[in-house]
Amino acid sequence: MNQRANFSALPVALDPAKAVYDFTIPANQPWTGIVRRGQVLRIVDVEGQQAVDTLFYALADTSERYSAQDTILEQGAPYVTTGTRLISNIGNVLATVIADTCGRHDTSAGACSCEANTVRFGHHTKYMHACRENFIVAMSRHGMTKRDIVPNINFFMNVPIEPDGKLAIVDGVSRPGDHVDILAAMDVICAISNCPQVNNPCNGFNPTPVRVMIFDPAIA
Amino acid sequence: MSEAAHPAIDTAATIEALRKRYEELKAAGDSAAPRALPPPTEAGAAPLADKDIIHRETIPGGWYATFTIAAGHGLRLVNTSGTGGVSLFAWNARDTSERYNSADTVKIQWTAELRKGRVLFSDMGRVLFSIVEDTTGAHDTIVGGSTPASNLRKYGRADLRSTRENMLLAAAKHGLGLRDLAPVISFFAPVAVGEDGALGWRDGVVKAGDFVDLRAELDLIVAVSNCPHPLAPDTAFDPGPVEAILHRLPMPAADDLCRTATAEARRGFENNAAYALA
Repeated sequence: MNQRANFSALPVALDPAKAVYDFTIPANQPWTGIVRRGQVLRIVDVEGQQAVDTLFYALADTSERYSAQDTILEQGAPYVTTGTRLISNIGNVLATVIADTCGRHDTSAGACSCEANTVRFGHHTKYMHACRENFIVAMSRHGMTKRDIVPNINFFMNVPIEPDGKLAIVDGVSRPGDHVDILAAMDVICAISNCPQVNNPCNGFNPTPVRVMIFDPAIA
Repeated sequence: MSEAAHPAIDTAATIEALRKRYEELKAAGDSAAPRALPPPTEAGAAPLADKDIIHRETIPGGWYATFTIAAGHGLRLVNTSGTGGVSLFAWNARDTSERYNSADTVKIQWTAELRKGRVLFSDMGRVLFSIVEDTTGAHDTIVGGSTPASNLRKYGRADLRSTRENMLLAAAKHGLGLRDLAPVISFFAPVAVGEDGALGWRDGVVKAGDFVDLRAELDLIVAVSNCPHPLAPDTAFDPGPVEAILHRLPMPAADDLCRTATAEARRGFENNAAYALA
């Protein structure tokens, strides 16, 4: 839990021209990438109001992975924002959110799936593309299966939990170009589903591309 | 992933139609649930007859237990000592890749307030458990259970028993491991989320003798951990025992509360029924 101190001297601004990796994930599509310890992953909501379902796994042993409950408990609050340490299922810091132009990201509501969609929106939505389909395909490249998928972070998705427990996915609060910067505290695999959901407002009913960049502060 | 599979949604009319349908569903979800859900079970109500009890086990403070439960049977957790939090995780006994999904459970039902009349969903759009009796109506699946780190913060020691390690041990007894675990639900854990998003604990809600009755809706493997919730106000690690009682329940009636309280529950049980036939 002491890794944070090791990363106190951070670049205050990252120049996109100096990214060591730069890719635009098309609407509805998955992505995985390896972010090395000390590198910064930037996720850009290019057009705004686009949910980006995101998971992290320790590269050295993928049975260690992001834990929403550990992250919420450690932080004492149920949303992800600047300063949130993303904690693994065995209590280690995977990464820290070091910049966030949006302000609040969900980590309670998880990813959409064909199966859950039938319950949420009706059986007629079973055969619509969903985040879990993306995760399964993307994570198969790293030897992982459905078993390895756990409740994730939904960057740029707004799911307020009200004092009475009521919870709803409301319109995304992100504007075009909003981004989060995530500093890896260990070598991690990041898996993203650029959410294809059109049955609720998480994508403004119109899925759009997102851009991922990786910066190496040693050369940025 | 072809274009044909994802037809472009680029007209304002399409966006508007999708939004309208969503808002209708949400309005139905918001208004139907509170109307249908009864108050918490009264203390002393719903007694179990000896002939209906299949197995009973006292789980000492700090310990865990696992059970296999046939669909239709009940698991009663009795908080005999009034301890602050008893955590649970469950897998489909037929295919353990199907398991409790906290996110789907709160998202599908539009609420993190899980109480009598609500259900617990798997990751496959099916119902694992119905909450058929419940004296507290105060359970938590947002924060979950204790960990070595939370024990260190709370009690000054990381080597005390924790729900994290209990769940790993329970999973192992069924050939399962770290990859098979995911966020848990903690009963008797009145976690409050403030307007500002800060997490708190409502004192005075959990009482000795509180119980929750869960009806298995698939054949399940269940893990129960008796460690205090990390936000519970205890300052010395000394949890009391809880009683786990497996018991027979009558067949659910056609108007069964949990099966009919919401449109979402109805659809979840439709998925269960189709699976049972497959």
